[in-house]
Amino acid sequence: MWPTHELYIAGLLAYALGIGGGLGGHATRVVRPWLSAVLCFLSLIGALFEFGASMGGLLAPTESIWSLASGVPYLTYTARLDPLGAYFTMALSLLAACVSVYSFGYISHSAARRSPGLFCAFLNLLLLSLTLVFTASNVLFFLIAWELTAVAAYFLVVFDHESAEARKGGLLYFLMSRGGTGMLFVGFLLLASAAGSMEFSALHGIGQRLPAFLGAGAFLLLFFGFGVKAGIIPLHIWLPAAHPVAPSNVSALMSGILIKAGIYGMARVFFDFYGALPVWAGMLVLVVGVVSALLGVLYALMEHDLKRLLAYHSIENIGIILMGFGAALLFRAFGHPQLAALAFIAGLFHTLNHGVFKCLLFLGAGSVVHATHTRNMEKMGGLIRRMPSTALYFLIGAIAISGLPPLNGFVSEWLTYQALLAGFGATPALTRVAFPIAGAMLALTAALAAACFVKAFGIAFLALPRSEDAEHAKEVSFSMQTGMAILALACVLLGLGATWFLPVFDPITTAALGIAVSRDLIAGNGFLLTAGSVAHGTVSTAVIALALVVLGAAPLLLWVVWGRKSARVTGPTWDCGLPGLTAENEFTATAFSKPLRMIFAAIFRPRREIQAEYEVSPYYPKSIHFESGIEPTFEARIYEPLREAVLSLSSRMRRLQAGSIHLYLAYVFVTLILLLLFGVRG
Amino acid sequence: MSEQAGAVIAQIVVVLFLSPLITGFSRTLKARLQTRRGPGLLQPYRDLHKLLQKGMVIPDTASWIFTATPYILFAATLLAALLIPTISAQAPLSLFGGVLAVVYLLALGRFFLALGGLDTGSSFGGLGSSREMTISAIAEPALMLAVFTVAIGAGSTNLSAVAQAGLGESWRFLAPSQMLAFAALFIVLIAETGRIPVDNPATHLELTMIHEAMILEYSGPYLALIEWSAAMKQLVLMTLLVNVFFPFGLSAGWWQLDTLLSLLLFSGKLLLLAAAVVLVETSNAKLRIFRVPELLAVAFVLSAMALISTFLF
Repeated sequence: MWPTHELYIAGLLAYALGIGGGLGGHATRVVRPWLSAVLCFLSLIGALFEFGASMGGLLAPTESIWSLASGVPYLTYTARLDPLGAYFTMALSLLAACVSVYSFGYISHSAARRSPGLFCAFLNLLLLSLTLVFTASNVLFFLIAWELTAVAAYFLVVFDHESAEARKGGLLYFLMSRGGTGMLFVGFLLLASAAGSMEFSALHGIGQRLPAFLGAGAFLLLFFGFGVKAGIIPLHIWLPAAHPVAPSNVSALMSGILIKAGIYGMARVFFDFYGALPVWAGMLVLVVGVVSALLGVLYALMEHDLKRLLAYHSIENIGIILMGFGAALLFRAFGHPQLAALAFIAGLFHTLNHGVFKCLLFLGAGSVVHATHTRNMEKMGGLIRRMPSTALYFLIGAIAISGLPPLNGFVSEWLTYQALLAGFGATPALTRVAFPIAGAMLALTAALAAACFVKAFGIAFLALPRSEDAEHAKEVSFSMQTGMAILALACVLLGLGATWFLPVFDPITTAALGIAVSRDLIAGNGFLLTAGSVAHGTVSTAVIALALVVLGAAPLLLWVVWGRKSARVTGPTWDCGLPGLTAENEFTATAFSKPLRMIFAAIFRPRREIQAEYEVSPYYPKSIHFESGIEPTFEARIYEPLREAVLSLSSRMRRLQAGSIHLYLAYVFVTLILLLLFGVRG
Repeated sequence: MSEQAGAVIAQIVVVLFLSPLITGFSRTLKARLQTRRGPGLLQPYRDLHKLLQKGMVIPDTASWIFTATPYILFAATLLAALLIPTISAQAPLSLFGGVLAVVYLLALGRFFLALGGLDTGSSFGGLGSSREMTISAIAEPALMLAVFTVAIGAGSTNLSAVAQAGLGESWRFLAPSQMLAFAALFIVLIAETGRIPVDNPATHLELTMIHEAMILEYSGPYLALIEWSAAMKQLVLMTLLVNVFFPFGLSAGWWQLDTLLSLLLFSGKLLLLAAAVVLVETSNAKLRIFRVPELLAVAFVLSAMALISTFLF
């Protein structure tokens, strides 16, 4: 008997101890390094316990519910490790453990070092509340945990509160998050009122029992409410503002798993609360997925801020996950549970994979920022010689996120492709054209992502250093390297061993769609991954990896055949006859993305400004000022008018609030009368 | 098992030794069409032989990425070639990856090649990398959609299954969806192998170069590996076109009498396709780089039409 319950409680206690210890340390003004070490150790312990608990929830699912009465009507502290929640808890715990290890070395160098106690308290609070989000089984309890997550994340984002950028990003995050929660409240209340209960177990399949109009309304509210957290376009603008300004270990958690809370909520609503959804709902999710993926990667390409670039890639990957979910909803609507399970698995697997490689990339970016004191890629360069381990881990993350074989990103994208391909045969209606078109857009997204990571890795890590700081960069501490190493290893293992991992999804798809498909997805003694059956297509990442190693060694044989080992000389790079290659000669990130900026000019609306100063002739300028940028379409076209509308409305509202206490008493009185009248009438 | 190993080795030999011939043929035919004599069919073999014996200069700014790139590119391209049916309808490793794996293995090679270009610190390298990644990215949707159309028709992404489905119906290539998809893939072939009107394989040290700019700093055996990989990539894409759309003549197994016939037929089909590419090359001028997206948009529209026509006809 696996001690799921005990491990779950022990993990929560460890996090809680971390919060208490951190607050205590802060109150007594302890800033010694041992404090943060102890607190990070507590979050590591908590993460390991929760990982064990989630394994129990996944591999030995028992319908165990732990409940505490609260004394408040409708609210019970009910927790449940059902397969879906356990899967997300597992992803959270894996990332939390790696981030905790990384934080041992990181905290003493970041903005968090000034009050490590408070920082670790918030970090533990974030982990605790996220665990509760994934396991809560009562609507009100869930929303409390949801809000705690937002509060903890807000304080972590603005931890470097002396930076105006951090304060602004944090505020934007908090405001948007509030709006999302508002939608969630209404959506959940609609569902709960139909069920007459706030317990998740009572909400199972409640969607169909609502009248069609209300059911659709609740679906939209919940989709967009969770979409704010997930960062779908056009609700994404907080994400590139808030993720980069947070300390990097927090960015890693936010991009890795916090935004996945939105995905968890969607999975819960789509596949648990709604037993069936109309075709338009699936199509909406699919289209939002395609748009988010494509625009996310296009905006990422234009970024030179390493962390903002990664934040935009989170939007892209959320889009890819939603393509899987959207396809799954459509298949369920068309009556193909087998295909729905395939698409659902593709989305869920990409959720975990993206968590792993994005966490890795953000930790790598954190190491780079720590070493070079800048987030601007144009001031990095040459780091592969100065930080060899960080460079290797970042490269592994870059290959994985670009969806290249044989790493984990390839596997989940392959499954998504296969699901979309199968979609063409799923329905005779014209809607079926949407599936291959979505697949083509996924191909474009993945290829652009590869271009973006050639840029990110090539400009930041290769060739010559572009600044003093980059020149003197040092490799990061052992604990930071270890945190990244575990995640890099996870990228490799989840890629090569994908077929051995897939049975994990069986209990989830059984609960959601009533069908377990992992046996159909695996063939050839576990070495082959199939698209539902061997006839539809197969791939084997393990064999591909092995073949790459063997064939990569083959040229060495050629050297033997051709006899002597040819001479190898090191020489300078050809510099067009100039006196030596300098960092100024190098290609820049701006230049790298220029062709795409021109090709997609309709989306970017780029502008540039060149001012040259000269004395004699314009051909011999003394100095040149060059500026280029793109129009932040969503911010300028949607959110700016919205902000102005809100401000003008509230300035008009000010007249109501004149500061006279008599007037306020009159308002209270009038409201009371109106309510009484309303009550009498009802 | 040993038969399988034999098939793998046979296909490696075919791919390694046939790919420079296609390049040599293209160059010779192009020279003849321009009323030059040309270097001869076997020149690519001589080039490879010479390069493999020469010494090499490694730029002092380069890291291990620069050194690892030729090996990874070579391995990824060769592996992609083992997933495609060449002479036999049963590709030796096709069970371990279908058309998606082929596309993504080529992308893996390109990823490292672009990094290798940036690693030298030269502006030319960065220029080439940037353009290569851009053009391949915008070629991707057309490529994938055309591939999807074919895979949907055959009911599998496994290329051996696709070829066998084609063998069953010999006049299948006349279906509108197949012809449109072929046209789309032909444009993608020109873009991906860097031929005029997209890129000029004969150019060195011109500001318009793409592929050549990326590999400017490579020399000796490493350059040989990269040139060889480029030839193999061309062979892979051409094989994709000829054997997916015109699979007739593919032998069922590896060790039969008709295997030899199949080899001849396969080479003939490849040479015909290469001749078509050369005709396009000699009768067109190079496009400005910002006109290339329009060409690839045409390819995308063609493959979208191919897809739609699969259920209209």
